[in-house]
Amino acid sequence: MAEARSIVEIRNVSKSYRRGSQIVPVLENITFDIAEGEFLALMGPSGSGKSTLLNLLAGIDSVDSGSILIGGLDITTLSETDLAAWRAVNVGFIFQFYNLIPVLTAFGNVELPLLLTRLSRKERHEHVEMALRSVGLSDRMDHYPNQLSGGQQQRVAIARAVVTDPVILVADEPTGDLDRVSAAEILELMSRLNKELGKTIIMVTHDARAAEKAHLIKQLDKGVFINVSS
Amino acid sequence: MFLLRLVFRNVFRHKLRTWLTVLGITIAILAFGLLRTVISAWYAGVEASSASRLVTRNAISIIFTLPLSYEERIRQTEGVRIVSGGNWFGGIYIDEKHFFANFAIEPKPFFALYPEIILPPEQEAAFIRDRKGFVAGRKLVEKYGWKLGDTVTLRGTIFPGQWDFVMRGIYKGRDKNVDETTFYFQWDYLNEKMKKTYPQRADQIGFFMIGVTRPDIASDVAARIDNEFRNSIAETLTETEKAFQMSWIAMSQAIVTAIQLVSFVVIVIIMAVMANTMAMTARERIGEYAIFKALGFGGGYIAALIFGESLIISMIGCAFGIAFTFPAARAFGDALSTFFPIFNVAPETIYMDIAAAAVIGTVAGVFPSWRSIRIRIADGLRRIG
Repeated sequence: MAEARSIVEIRNVSKSYRRGSQIVPVLENITFDIAEGEFLALMGPSGSGKSTLLNLLAGIDSVDSGSILIGGLDITTLSETDLAAWRAVNVGFIFQFYNLIPVLTAFGNVELPLLLTRLSRKERHEHVEMALRSVGLSDRMDHYPNQLSGGQQQRVAIARAVVTDPVILVADEPTGDLDRVSAAEILELMSRLNKELGKTIIMVTHDARAAEKAHLIKQLDKGVFINVSS
Repeated sequence: MFLLRLVFRNVFRHKLRTWLTVLGITIAILAFGLLRTVISAWYAGVEASSASRLVTRNAISIIFTLPLSYEERIRQTEGVRIVSGGNWFGGIYIDEKHFFANFAIEPKPFFALYPEIILPPEQEAAFIRDRKGFVAGRKLVEKYGWKLGDTVTLRGTIFPGQWDFVMRGIYKGRDKNVDETTFYFQWDYLNEKMKKTYPQRADQIGFFMIGVTRPDIASDVAARIDNEFRNSIAETLTETEKAFQMSWIAMSQAIVTAIQLVSFVVIVIIMAVMANTMAMTARERIGEYAIFKALGFGGGYIAALIFGESLIISMIGCAFGIAFTFPAARAFGDALSTFFPIFNVAPETIYMDIAAAAVIGTVAGVFPSWRSIRIRIADGLRRIG
């Protein structure tokens, strides 16, 4: 079987933060590829740089040096405006605290990323319904986030992440705020998205059980990879 | 559409805070509207003045009179159509608290000069026939419950003595800029009584109201009149009715300026309150704005959310403020009719209310928008949880 092509190519990426007068290095000369359709778990202790790496991959933070090619495009060269337009098309976000807009229904939250597309209202509705159906929430479309359980809210967030059919899905501790049963459901759903729809998923997690769902686990510590396991 | 829906939902997310802010803006707009109406009331005489009327008075001061003989010489001046002499009487009805303006006038030329004062012809005829007659404005008559034929006594201050008058007419204003609280009586009555009691004060006129043939020659006519009396025992100062009214306002200019200043201070204060509300709101939602940005929405969208919310809150407050301004102005005007015979909320005041609310809403949104647009997504997302 031919090896899948790399969808993400990270080359010599370094990143540091300024804390007062001190410069704190977070990532040091990181280089690796992520194949199309991969389900990668990034693990490591707090402050290891895994969330920073995820933010860089998602185009919501900028590198100090190095390049990040996603689908062949070096996103480190894009302006703020171009990067925003790129994110709208290419990245689906799943956050630990779901980050749904409280004044919008499940339907409205999932529709949000589609407002930046050229789809008609009717087409948007079809896409939203399909996305919510795929996460098993077609009967909760009119519910507001505070009327949903944590697991249900995270499923809405996943529907929002996939509704634009992005190139990569980035998930930052997607089960970190959920009970064990809900966490298992979310992981199962993500696994299904990866297997059935071929979505490339990059997940940051502390949870070893969550990481088990990934094909590949990379351990970060003090800004460098220390271990890779399949 | 989606944006508007979202903005409206955000407006009422913290109902108590929103309604308290709306209440503050309502009170500010109400206060602003009333203060602007007070200023308009101050200038009501100026607004009601005509471009084709001149006022001639003693060049030294309005408190000095002019000889009656000037009237005929003024009438002969080129460009003069009509002349009406008059005196400020300054009489007091009951006591000083019951103040209203009262003038001795020459009825025929006076009513010809002031077509905006509407008096039924039969009442005008009755007034002219009766040397002791008087006419009063509708509001003044309603206030004191006078009826035609009633005798009203004024105590003279400038012209001492008790002066009895018989009501012969009730005038109305042609439009709402006309003062309906003034009392007019015959100058002949004043002059005759002066001849008997203080002969040295007889045949003296306080001011001449002059109608010119065309408004564009008013300044030339004024110059001709003043030239006519140059180097006489009582030199004249002739000016347009508007300038004459303005000279009265100039005496209380400091008060008008203070009121104007206070009206703007009210707006600045509420602007600061509103800005604080919006800053709090934006700070609470910084995580949400970060999500919008992460999803690909630009800074313009975030700014539209904040400015939209800010403007909607200020406009709701403005609408309530304007709605309350009319009854408040009515009550205010009734209570202070002695000082402000004309107290109407002008359309310009409403436009200024709306403009003030728009400025409040816009300014209040500037800092939170700037801050929300500039925040890094990663930092904004870190605020959640």
